[in-house]
Order: sequence, then structure tokens, then C-alpha cells
Amino acid sequence: MSQVIETGKAFEFTAENVEKAQKFIARYPEGRQQSAVMPLLDLAQRQNENWLSKEVLEYVGNYLNVPYMRVLEVATFYTMYNLKPVGKYFLQLCRTTPCWLRGSDDLEAVCKNKLGITNGETTEDGMFSLLEVECLGACVNAPVVQINDDFYEDLNAENFEVVLDKLAKGEVPPKGPQIDRTNSAPEGGPTTLLEKTEGA
Amino acid sequence: MPTLTVDGVEVTVDPGTTVLQACEEAGAEIPRFCYHERLSIAGNCRMCLVEMEKAPKLIASCAMPAGDGMVIHTNTQKVKEGREGAMEFLLINHPLDCPICDQGGECDLQDQSMAYGSGNSRYHEMKRAVTEKNMGPLIKTTMTRCIHCTRCVRFATEVAGVEELGAINRGENMEIATYLEQALDSELSGNIIDLCPVGALTSKPYAFTARPWELSKTESIDVLDAVGANIRVDSRGKEVMRFLPRLNEDVNEEWLSDRSRFSYDGLKAQRLDTPYVRKDETLQPASWGEAFDAIAAKLEGVEGAKIGAIAGDLACAESMIALKDLMNLLESPNIDCRQDGAALTTESRSGYLFNTTIAGIDEADALLIVGSNPRHEAALINARIRKRWKAGNFPVALIGEQVDLTYSYDYLGAGPATLKEVAEGKHSFAETLKKAERPMIIVGQGALSRNDGAAVLALAKKIADDYGFASDDWNGFNVLHTAAARVAGLDLGFVSGEGGKSAREMLDGSLDVLFLLGADEINTSKLTNSFVIYQGSHGDAGASAADVILPGAAYTEKDATWVNTEGRVQLGRRAIFPPGDAREDWTILRALSEKLGKTLPYNTIRELREKMIEVAPHFADIDQVTSADWGAFGTDGAIDDAPFVNPITDYYLTNPISRSSRIMAECSATFSKVKGEGTGTNG
Repeated sequence: MSQVIETGKAFEFTAENVEKAQKFIARYPEGRQQSAVMPLLDLAQRQNENWLSKEVLEYVGNYLNVPYMRVLEVATFYTMYNLKPVGKYFLQLCRTTPCWLRGSDDLEAVCKNKLGITNGETTEDGMFSLLEVECLGACVNAPVVQINDDFYEDLNAENFEVVLDKLAKGEVPPKGPQIDRTNSAPEGGPTTLLEKTEGA
Repeated sequence: MPTLTVDGVEVTVDPGTTVLQACEEAGAEIPRFCYHERLSIAGNCRMCLVEMEKAPKLIASCAMPAGDGMVIHTNTQKVKEGREGAMEFLLINHPLDCPICDQGGECDLQDQSMAYGSGNSRYHEMKRAVTEKNMGPLIKTTMTRCIHCTRCVRFATEVAGVEELGAINRGENMEIATYLEQALDSELSGNIIDLCPVGALTSKPYAFTARPWELSKTESIDVLDAVGANIRVDSRGKEVMRFLPRLNEDVNEEWLSDRSRFSYDGLKAQRLDTPYVRKDETLQPASWGEAFDAIAAKLEGVEGAKIGAIAGDLACAESMIALKDLMNLLESPNIDCRQDGAALTTESRSGYLFNTTIAGIDEADALLIVGSNPRHEAALINARIRKRWKAGNFPVALIGEQVDLTYSYDYLGAGPATLKEVAEGKHSFAETLKKAERPMIIVGQGALSRNDGAAVLALAKKIADDYGFASDDWNGFNVLHTAAARVAGLDLGFVSGEGGKSAREMLDGSLDVLFLLGADEINTSKLTNSFVIYQGSHGDAGASAADVILPGAAYTEKDATWVNTEGRVQLGRRAIFPPGDAREDWTILRALSEKLGKTLPYNTIRELREKMIEVAPHFADIDQVTSADWGAFGTDGAIDDAPFVNPITDYYLTNPISRSSRIMAECSATFSKVKGEGTGTNG
């Protein structure tokens, strides 16, 4: 049983990505260019509909002259690399304690009831994939779901559904907190340091 | 030089030594799984914990450099508890299937769990299960038993030089696997079976055939290539069950190549276990008396010049000297041990030895390989070269077939013309060789077994002379042999005398009687008019062309002397008896000589060996390399433009024993065929 999926479709960086790849490689000292395997895998994943096929892995291996096994080790170690196709919108639902306490179970239920998918599944129309992940580091805005590259924070069943509806229609809802709040500032505006101190 | 105290014993160690090594030097035993002297340090099994004063926690001694003034304790209660804890963690997911595990009885985990474990487990949850991985026809996997020491991954990457093995996933899901479950394509893959401290990687051919405690262990020498790897023959009753490497730092370290390790089932197949005599066009079983009568009748009245003898690749020194003496008594000058026609002569011993010695490769600083693929011809020497190459500052260049040697090299050219350029200083690599203080050249049989072999040898000699390869304390000229018998044959003068014919000339059918001592890698098609006597262990090419077959012993069935490519004299020992009526080879020749009325002047193997020492005194120095004086060899002459062709086309099938082995046939089908197809499409 192999974890790697072969598509039969050849992969090659676009001219634009070749330029980016060269920049990544140039960051490492002479003779250590193989260290660029992680940014290059990420770059390739972005170009390849957010997942890595056998062809992509081997392309990156050949590009950096790294044995395929070493590339596969990196790709299987980090959960950020997808080794099977994912939906257009890749939902990474944080299940670690703060998000869980703040209601990540409700968000999971939304996915199940609204989209019909559970952890690791993709909707039939290929729009959404769900993956439960560990702490995304945005506990102050818990619960949080990462959709592709953006964090959608302070979610609850209602506003999460709104986000999903907009995505389904092809709109891009504003990222960040989905309630009345700027970043991680207090809800409804500042609560301290409201008056100017003398001499300031 | 740091000085530290281990359990009250003060030791001074070299800088860069680890605490574990220092503890060993002080006589303290440290349990370990992931640490291995010849591999990089991983520090992931945590079994080598020791207590260091002023450190808040126990330290992993394998990964801690020894420092001056350290005070180490290895036998305190804290250390005992630490080891018990590490052991308990390792055993959490390890199945308790020792009764059905092939590692049972020689398992590091089993032994150390007895010695350092707590004896019970507090773990009641389900153990994890891991699917079996395909690693090819030699390695059986039971990955549930794996404790993730990564010795196998480090060996494949560092020593064998094939980066196909790795650890995928992470944490509890970590698994050791090959890329896409392909078979592990290395000539040294069998060594990961020895390295695996548990029963995760075991030998597929050996599976469930024997337990270690029921095996007789015989220390012997491998003869399936010319390295002379030190082996242990594990046998039960009249069967060889397996081969294991034996430690010899100067030869094989602790590795063994796959062909040498897994050809053992070839010792049981295709065996010649009774004499045969050709009657009515077919070979029919006969008694020893009948076979000798047939030979005596044929030899009656035949003059010496019409008799010849060729010694093959697996002939021991004893049988070669006996055959040589017999041929002398029959007044025949036609003897040859170079069945491949290599242009090697006996005029100077340094002209056919691997003079640098295998261990000497570590000290070399430049290497030119000519007409050889050491990866196939001497996998363990290739591993040494790779080890030296990995240490850095070691330019390697190759003239010959362009192959993957597991290390990078400058490809100079395909044939002798390029060698000539280097010899004349016209090539850029000549500068590198000139500048090097300890340069090496390795000349393979692919460069010597040609019509212009002597001229190629002369060119190599010219390079060695002109660029200072030979000095008082260094000799960088090396001939890499592929046959275990060759150096002994040359040492004992098993080459055509004055007016004698070479192997190639003997095979053209001009002789009346031809004696083949285990010679199989020859063209027998023109021998229809010659009376062929074949003495050997396996029914291969030589036996099928024979008129009389004398069944001999294989290398595990006789006490015999072997000389490896360095000129190191080593003793092989008998582990089992030859099958059926087969006999030790020198005794067959001794008996035949008596029948012919030309009795050989020795009755015991001791007398025979005394004779050998008389002919070549270094045969007295067992296990030693007697360095050879730098002399004249090679003959200047015209060179051919044809590229060098490596002698080994299929690594797994180079000799009659391996060709009889089903395991080797399977390996050949798995590895060699795939390669063949790959290059076939490249035109």
C-alpha cells in the first residue's frame, strides 16, 4: 500500500514558479541547495491544485537532485503537504483544547450536516475538504478554521455557515474574525486606556 | 585529550569520543539499539542512558561527547530505572511474538529486555500494527516489530549508498519503508538484517529454517569474489543454513555482500556427488575406480605437450598446487589459472595484487578506476572506496563502462585511448594524480582480459611509475580480481611454462586431454576432439562438456587456503562434509596421481602445505598481507580502440554455486533484468 498517488500527468513548474524556485534555492549556501525541498514542495503543491502526486514529488526530487525517498520523507512528515487530491477549499479545523472549549464541535457538525463530510473527506462536487488539525496558534480567536491560506476566526455555527455559503457561491468572505472585532482586540471596541493621560 | 571518570575508573580518550565509547573503554557495558560504531549517531532509542554528575537528568551517552572532568555512573539506581523506563517504552508497541520470530535467540531486544528490563508492563492499551513492506527477495519484513532505531536507513544511505530506504510519516505513525515499496537494490542489502536489533528485518530465504542455538558455527572465508570476506558458516547436520560476516577490519569490516551471503542454497543444488564417465555419448554414474581407469586408459601414451589443465575461479590453493605438480610429472607445460585470459604474469607479484590493501584505501587521496565496476566485482571494496569518498577530498575518475558506483566520479572515457592520454599527461586528471600524495589506480579484469591486456597493464604501470604511485611506504597500483582462486594460482605459478599454451589456446581443441579444475566460465564449444576431465562441485558448463567428472568439494566442505586480491593468505575451514562420493579436491588429485603411476609426494594436507610454502613462502603467513616488491610487468604494445567491457554482466550469477542458487536466480530476475530493460531502451 503506497501513500503516493500516480496520476500519469507530467508536472513542470510554470515559468513564474521556476523564478520563485530559484530564489528559494538561492537562500541556501552553496552545496546545500537540497535544503530548499520544503519551499519547493509548497510551491509545487500550490501549482498542482493543493496536493502532491508522485509526479510532483519526483519532479521536485529531480529539480534539487534529492533522492525520491528523502522527498517523500519530508512530504509525509508535515501535515501541510497533501498527498491526495483535496477540494477547492481546504478546511483545516482546529480541534485543540481552546478551540474545542469554544465550540469546534459545532463547526464539525456544520461540516457534517451542511457539506456531508467528516474528517479527511471531500465533498462530491470537489469544492470542500475537511481536515482536523492540531493548534493553529490563533487560540485568542478560537474557534478557528483555516481555509486554504486564510484564517477564519471567532466562528460559530451560524457565521461559519455564512462563510461556507459565500465560498460555495464563489465569493471570498473577508478573512479574520467573523464577529464585531478587529483582529484580537476586544469585542465591540477597546475597553481600557480610553482616556488620555495627562502629559501624553 | 579529555579525561573522565566512569564508575570510579579514570579513562583518557581521544577528543571527539562519545561518552558511550569512553564507558566501553573503562569496561562498563552500555546497552544500545540505535548506536552503531560504523554509522552516524541518531540518539533515538534512549537505551544508553547514563548518569552524569552535575547534570539534572540522565544523558544519552551515545550522543554526548566525552568532556574533561566528567564523572559518569553507569550502575546507579537512577540509571537502572532509566533503562527500565526506556525499555518499557520500546516494548509498548513491540509484539510479544518471540516464539514465532526468526530473531529469537539472537535478538538485542530480547537480550537487553532480560538484562535491563523491569520484567513487566503497565501498558494495557492496544498495540499498533504496521503492514509488511516489500523490500525484495532477500529481506523479510515484520514491521510491527520495528523499534525505529533507523540503523537500516543509515546503513543504506551511508554505507551502501542507496537512498531508497527511509522513515515515512511521523510520531506514532512512523514507518520504515523503501520508496514506493520497491525492492532494495543494493549489493550490500543483506547487512541490514544483521544490523536490525529486533526481528523487523530478517532473512527471507532463511525464514523459519533454523534457530541459532542449533547451528554449528565454523569460521571460514568467502570465495565468491576475490575480496576474501571473513565469514561464519552456520550449518546443521549436512546442510549449510546461512552465512554471516565475521569482523575483520582489514578486509570486510563487518559487512558481507549479498551474493556471498545468500548463495548458500546453491551448495545443495546441481551437485556432482558421484563420478561420471561418458559412455555411449552420455554421462553415466560410475565408481571412483572406473573414473580413474578411464582417465588412465586415455592418458596412456599421450605426450605431455598434448595434455593441458585450466584452473577455474573457485579452485583452492591446495588443489592447484597438486594439479600443477601432477602436470609437471606428466611433463605438460600447458597449465593456466587465467581462464578469462587476463594478461597477468608471474614475473612480479606486485603486478597482479591489490597492493594498496583494502584498509589502505582509507589513506588514499586520489583514485583512477580502469575497466572495472568495483560495485559488482568487489562490493565490499566499493563500500570502502565510498567510505573514503564520503570523508572528502577524494577525486575519483573512471575509464570504462559508465555505471552507478554509489559515489560521484569524473568520467574520463571508455577505452584504452583515454588511459593512454592520462599516461602521457595529456589529460587533466593526470594533474590530479601527479599532485596527489597517495594516489591509487585500480585496474579491473575488464581492462586485462583483452588481446591488448598486456599493453593496457603496461600503460597502467607507466602511470604508476611516472606519477609516483609506488614509494617506500605506499603502493597505489592495484589489480582488482574477480576470482578467489586467481592470486593463489599466480602465486603458485599455475601458468603456462616454456612453450606452454594459454587457456585460450588450450580451448581451441588442439589438446588430446584437458583437465578442468572447476573451470566453468569458458567456451567449451571447440573441445569436441579433446578428452575433457572435469573436477569440481557443480554441474555447470565445464561438467557438461566433460568425458569424466570427478566430484569435488565446495568451499564449505574442505579445509583450504585462499589468497584474496590483496595477496592475503587466509584459511577456509570445513563446516560440513561433501555430498555423496565427492571428496576434498587435493585428495582426488593425489589418488589419481597414484593410479597414473606418478604419485604426488605428499600424503597429508600438512605435507602439501609445506610444499606450498616451499614454492611461495608467504603461504606461511596466514591472515597477513606480504607486501610485494615493485618490479617490472606489462608489455608495451599496440592498443585497441575498443572500449573496456566489465567482466560481470549479472552480479548475482558469476559462479557455479550462485548459478545453482534459486535465491540468486530470484535476485537476478528482480534486479538485473529490470536494469537490463532500462538500458535496453536507451539503445
